[in-house]
Amino acid sequence: MNQTLSKISEDIKSHRTKQDLFASRTFFVLTVFPVLLIVIITVALYLRAQPILSEYALTDLLYGEIWKPNQGLFGFRPFILGTIWVTAVGVILSVPACILVSIYLAEYAHARTRTIAKPILDLLAAIPPVVYGVWGLLSIVPFVDDVLAPLSKGRLDSIPILSVTQPTGFGILAGGIVLAVMIAPLIISVTFEVLSTVSNDLRHASLGVGATQWQTIRNIVIPQTLPGIIAAVVLGASRALGETIAVLMVVGNVPKIPTSIFDTAYPLPALIANNYGEMMSIPLYDAALLGAALVLLVVILIFNILSTLVLQRMLRRK
Amino acid sequence: MLRVTRYKEKIMDAHIQVKNLNAYYGKQLALKDINIEIPKNQITVIMGPSGCGKTTLLKTFNRFFELTENTQLTGEVLVDGENIYNKDIDVTEVRKIVGLLAQRPSPLPMSIYDNVAYGMHIHHMRKNREEYKDGVKHYLEIAGLWEEVQNRLNEPATSLSIGQQQRLCLARGLAVEPEIILGDEPTSALDPISSQHIESRLLDLKKQYTTIIVTHTLRQAKRLADYVIFMYLGELIEAGPAKEVFSNPKHERTKQYLEGLF
Amino acid sequence: MMKKKHFERRHLVELLMKTIMRIALIIVASSLGLILWTIISRGLPSLTWDMVTQIPKGGYYMGKEGGILNAIIGSIYLASGGTLIAIILSLPIALYLQAYAQDSKWGDYVRLSLDVLWGIPSIVYGAFGFALMIMLGMRASLLAGIIALALVELPIMTRAMDEVIRRMPKDLEHAALALGSTKFEVAVRVVTRQMLPGIITGVLLAFGRGIGDVASVLFTAGYTDRIPTSLMNPTASLPLAVFFQLGSPYPEVRERGYAAALILTIIVLFVSFASRWLASRLSKYSVK
Repeated sequence: MNQTLSKISEDIKSHRTKQDLFASRTFFVLTVFPVLLIVIITVALYLRAQPILSEYALTDLLYGEIWKPNQGLFGFRPFILGTIWVTAVGVILSVPACILVSIYLAEYAHARTRTIAKPILDLLAAIPPVVYGVWGLLSIVPFVDDVLAPLSKGRLDSIPILSVTQPTGFGILAGGIVLAVMIAPLIISVTFEVLSTVSNDLRHASLGVGATQWQTIRNIVIPQTLPGIIAAVVLGASRALGETIAVLMVVGNVPKIPTSIFDTAYPLPALIANNYGEMMSIPLYDAALLGAALVLLVVILIFNILSTLVLQRMLRRK
Repeated sequence: MLRVTRYKEKIMDAHIQVKNLNAYYGKQLALKDINIEIPKNQITVIMGPSGCGKTTLLKTFNRFFELTENTQLTGEVLVDGENIYNKDIDVTEVRKIVGLLAQRPSPLPMSIYDNVAYGMHIHHMRKNREEYKDGVKHYLEIAGLWEEVQNRLNEPATSLSIGQQQRLCLARGLAVEPEIILGDEPTSALDPISSQHIESRLLDLKKQYTTIIVTHTLRQAKRLADYVIFMYLGELIEAGPAKEVFSNPKHERTKQYLEGLF
Repeated sequence: MMKKKHFERRHLVELLMKTIMRIALIIVASSLGLILWTIISRGLPSLTWDMVTQIPKGGYYMGKEGGILNAIIGSIYLASGGTLIAIILSLPIALYLQAYAQDSKWGDYVRLSLDVLWGIPSIVYGAFGFALMIMLGMRASLLAGIIALALVELPIMTRAMDEVIRRMPKDLEHAALALGSTKFEVAVRVVTRQMLPGIITGVLLAFGRGIGDVASVLFTAGYTDRIPTSLMNPTASLPLAVFFQLGSPYPEVRERGYAAALILTIIVLFVSFASRWLASRLSKYSVK
């Protein structure tokens, strides 16, 4: 009797251990998937872009200024520069405000303010890109056209990057403003998290000798977290680089090298999204567009991997 | 109230006076109607079982209590007769005059030199590089650390041992020329020899500074105290010159605590 | 003697910085208000019952009768399908990360790659999906859209779950281990039950992201006026409906685009509030 009981319990035990082993193996196999996926995406895009890469030199593609697919001219330069301009304007507009907000939330704000701010940031992050696009179209483009452009005209117009070149409001500035709002929740939440890795002991050590709060932030908190803050900004920038539809709706989409923030631009993601319909009808067109996606991917991968590594180290110390 | 006034005439020169002080964490009362006077240029030890409010009381002296969110305070803390909770008092000035030695040493993430110079820079206390150098040397000497670190001033402060770090923190605190030193169990994280270092520093310094130490070890209290405050459950039970309180406690609770009953 | 509050430079700087920070916070917070105000005030006038109950009739894109039910249903199909596939993958990954790889090197790699995947823009997922479709000879369909969305949602969902489960009190898990449970049992019984609020948050977060995503379905799901009846049908989606209608030369159609944007916003906000509400409700039942 006793023996059978122990036999049964042993069976159950070994069954449970087997179950554990089976589960851990299955689960492990699944964890390979995300790692593998990055490789697969890169390789698949590379394979599809291969025809154009073998036809043209990479430098010709990247530096070429003329985009006429039906004549076999695939110069990405206007698109690459368009991407950089829009991203840069978005980041420059967004970052100072975002860092100040994160510092305020992490260092000054009452718990009550934080509990109000958190859902606001969550909602900003939840609003779909196309809605940001509609907002940009209805509010920001007219705002640039009616307020900012006239403001620049005659006053700052002589500065080349601020000269008003076209009268519609569509362009880099409108795209940058929309992007600035879109990437704000990400930058703020990451920076906030980074700032909260600083131990209160350090803050108190500085306050304890009679430093003001801002002195403490400037002398202790920011130097301590600078790599993380930079990583947050880089993450925000890479989010901006890849943003497609919202930018596409307000940026004008003219393949010309921009020289002013009031110029129109044609960023890479917009190029891909706008032309997917006809890309099978012209030779090498699909390879060119998937190549554009590959360029975007590689840059974003580099940005993301570097900043994530920095953040992983910082946040782990906590 | 009465308990305290009994000793009042003996304190010729009170540096800190606490009047009707109540402190709340949220709705929970942490300090109940504290009234006390703390003598100048002596070591006052606040003791009591954990959770009795001794650290809370200490934190009201340099206005660190308000750094915890959701706290509230009523009553007065007078330093040299002036209420540090007055609206027109500059809180950074309070913390300059009332220095704090924390439980765990908290070196700032910079060099040994910069740690000591930090507060002096904040308050622009010296004119030039040479004067700062002299200042740093002076306070490291006072803290008994100069000998050990004079050749490695530019190394990060975190490279020091825990005991050295705590002496560095002492030097950093003294460098802004406080009048009062608060110590929140300043030796509890240290080994016996480092503790002894700190204790002997504090004894040396008591001629020039009013020192208030929170401790949970009775032996340390006996070694250091000129004046003793005993607290229990947020209330001040007994206060008086160390000799009297240790040899002849007036209150039953104090007696039990001194006998090690809790 | 104590100095009174005196306006040294550093105190002025303190005041100045604090004021600037408050202004920055107000700007960021009010941008949400501005967006919502724009969408509501421009979308509401053209929002009709027909829009949410009918599919486009013959002349819909010239301003005639019909609605965008096809896109609403299509989006719900797409996001639900994508979310379902993402759950099947993310739940085990998140549990594995917690149960077996809490502080391991491999766990770090997996988290790193999930974070990197999170950062890959959806246009790249769309392009990738498109590249796959050419290789496999597939056409734009509900299924292809679902797969592309699942890839977009996977890292969001997994990391959200991982973060929440990470915050779970460890003693509970150790108690269960001490009682003789295997790690797998701990993971399934304790973690799942304890972390239901976190899992739901992750799932709804990913669903919300999925329903609003354009660039990934642009290539993969196609667009049609019909409600899909099979996984192999192409399907419309709400964000694309907004986008296409805004490109119309007819003002009435553009107005409907604004209304469609309002519908999309309402759905997304509803999902966001629902997840908040559910998470706070469910967390009452778990040990804290």
